[in-house]
Amino acid sequence: MSDDRAPVVRLQHVVKTYHAGSVDVSAIRDISLDIPARRFSMIIGPSGSGKTTLLNLIGCIDAPTSGGIEVCGEDVGRLKDNVLADFRARNIGFIFQAFSLVPVLSAYENIEYPLLLVGMPAAERRRRTLAVLDAVGLQAQARQRPNELSGGQKQRVAIARALVKQPTIVLADEPTANLDSGTGAAIIALMRRMQAEQQTTFIFSTHDQQLMSHSEETFAIRDGALVAHEIPAATAEEAA
Amino acid sequence: MMLFKIAFRNIMRNQRRSLMTGSAVAVGVMAMLVFGGYIAYIFSAFETGLVQRIGHLTVFRSGYFVFGAGNPAAYGIDDYQSVMRMIAEDPVLKPMIRVITPTQSLLGIAGNFSGGNNAAKTFLGTGVIPSNQQRMRQWNEYGVAPPEVPGPRLSDDAPQRGLIGGGMARILGLCPALKMQDCPAPPQTHDTTQAAPVDRNLTALAQSEIGSGEVKHITMPQLDLLSATANGAPNVVALDVAGVAVQGVKELDDNYVVMPLALAQQLVYGRGEHKATGIVLQLHRSEDLHAARARLRTLIAQHHLDLEVRDFAELTPFYVQVVRLFSAIFLFIALIMGVIVLFAVVNTMTMNVMERTNEIGTIRAMGVRRNGIRAQFVTEGWMLGAVAATVGVVLAFIVDAAINHSGLTWLPPGNATTVPFRLATPADRPLLLLGTWLGLVLLATFAALLPANRAARLPVVDALRHV
Repeated sequence: MSDDRAPVVRLQHVVKTYHAGSVDVSAIRDISLDIPARRFSMIIGPSGSGKTTLLNLIGCIDAPTSGGIEVCGEDVGRLKDNVLADFRARNIGFIFQAFSLVPVLSAYENIEYPLLLVGMPAAERRRRTLAVLDAVGLQAQARQRPNELSGGQKQRVAIARALVKQPTIVLADEPTANLDSGTGAAIIALMRRMQAEQQTTFIFSTHDQQLMSHSEETFAIRDGALVAHEIPAATAEEAA
Repeated sequence: MMLFKIAFRNIMRNQRRSLMTGSAVAVGVMAMLVFGGYIAYIFSAFETGLVQRIGHLTVFRSGYFVFGAGNPAAYGIDDYQSVMRMIAEDPVLKPMIRVITPTQSLLGIAGNFSGGNNAAKTFLGTGVIPSNQQRMRQWNEYGVAPPEVPGPRLSDDAPQRGLIGGGMARILGLCPALKMQDCPAPPQTHDTTQAAPVDRNLTALAQSEIGSGEVKHITMPQLDLLSATANGAPNVVALDVAGVAVQGVKELDDNYVVMPLALAQQLVYGRGEHKATGIVLQLHRSEDLHAARARLRTLIAQHHLDLEVRDFAELTPFYVQVVRLFSAIFLFIALIMGVIVLFAVVNTMTMNVMERTNEIGTIRAMGVRRNGIRAQFVTEGWMLGAVAATVGVVLAFIVDAAINHSGLTWLPPGNATTVPFRLATPADRPLLLLGTWLGLVLLATFAALLPANRAARLPVVDALRHV
């Protein structure tokens, strides 16, 4: 594996157990995996298999019960809450199934928001925000609030918001689940294009076949355990 | 900037809820300012009435304040005119003093034996210099004094002219002579066996004091005032009653007599050295009271004088009681308003946090720190509080203006006549305005802090899962 394809995410014997009253529920059972940079990776599995929990752990918004997680070379388990928040602000973009835009901000302001968190100067913020708005084809809707946008447009704003800070990783939790197949295809195409342009690592949790067909690496989990790891031939050849 | 933008838009997002909470804050501010203005006006009016009547400070002979009421004549200030000069010419006190004037308090018996009357009763008298008293009545530092009511007055040119309380006029049967309205004649008493000797003595004493035995040309009713001199001998003077000065307290109204200082001194000291029981100082501004008092004490100590200084509040415990009562009521209302605002804002912000839990999870995932979440909700709390409190201030100005132009009148405690009902506007009381505004804004901020802390502590994944 070349340095270019060094893992941006490394999980080692990660366990996540939730305590529901007196009952312990194992959401993740001893998963170890590496996800290389700039790849379109998928975590797949049936509902309740632990996809979202795994994504949350990779996104540093949840902590493992045991095991180690490295993201972008950083052992995130050792980081304090504020440092972890700053780390997420710099390195990780999120795309949620329900879009999760800030309802009181316009499309432009929603996209600009992550740049404010990293303290970017106003001129650069504006330049980047307009550029990414243009890239997702929403210049005309820049001033519109989320409630004035269609589902597809909302998800475009969410993608733009995740990518505007040029993060190392974008985590997308079922990004096409709330979209019709046509809009879903358009959103997948957009993410593919953006990933190609920005050379960003995308990690999806999904069971959308349409999205899975674009996978460059697939991790299948069931009942919290990693049951399969597939790298399509084309990807393997490219990596080689 | 984004913080304020989001806060403002979130307030506007739930307009009805924000309106209800804002209304609670605005009404709280308005109520406190209007009631505070009412209290401020009462305090100002009360203080003005007292300062007009008894000045800011009075110098007494030591012990007068505690024991003097039993025998004022025994507590006369020796050579009071020299003491007055020393005070009036003191370079520190001179610019502060508006009026300095002596007074003489006395006790005695007043009798009306003219025109077939045969009535007598005890009186509480005060001797004043009429022109000084008139000047004191024009003190109006706060602009709240009611316009002067025309009526009988004392005069420096009428050394025997005095005024009596309305109750005393009734008891002594002077109503017809003084043309008093709603004034019943005193009932006839059949038991005259004990009164007769006193009456005869009084008449004889009065005639001996008046001296000439000639028929005096009297155009107004006359009372004979009997008192013991400082030496203990009985003495009588005649007082021409120019009219009635109704007092707000019945006990005082039944016993009140005010007369020129010289007449009071003649009654109390006879041919001996004329003294005064008090030297009254009226200052230009009440805020100089403490400085003037301190300076007076220094002067008294420097000159080894057996004198003490009392302010108008000490001389009028009722004033202190009224101030304390209204201050306590104000604090109680402020407390109730504070609790209402606290609960209203806590409730609103808690609902906001619940509704926006998913949004909190989203922006926390994006990299907003816990303090960022806390700041967001606290900003919304104080912004809502600040806007609503400002509206409350505007409402208070409107209510004050409406009341002040309504022409309402009221009877203040201790007053005998009604005065215009007015409120001190918030502009007249900038500290009250600032304190109320700031107090409720801080309270709203504090109230927002509780749900804000809860929002900040939410685990990100739990917040994201919230539906």
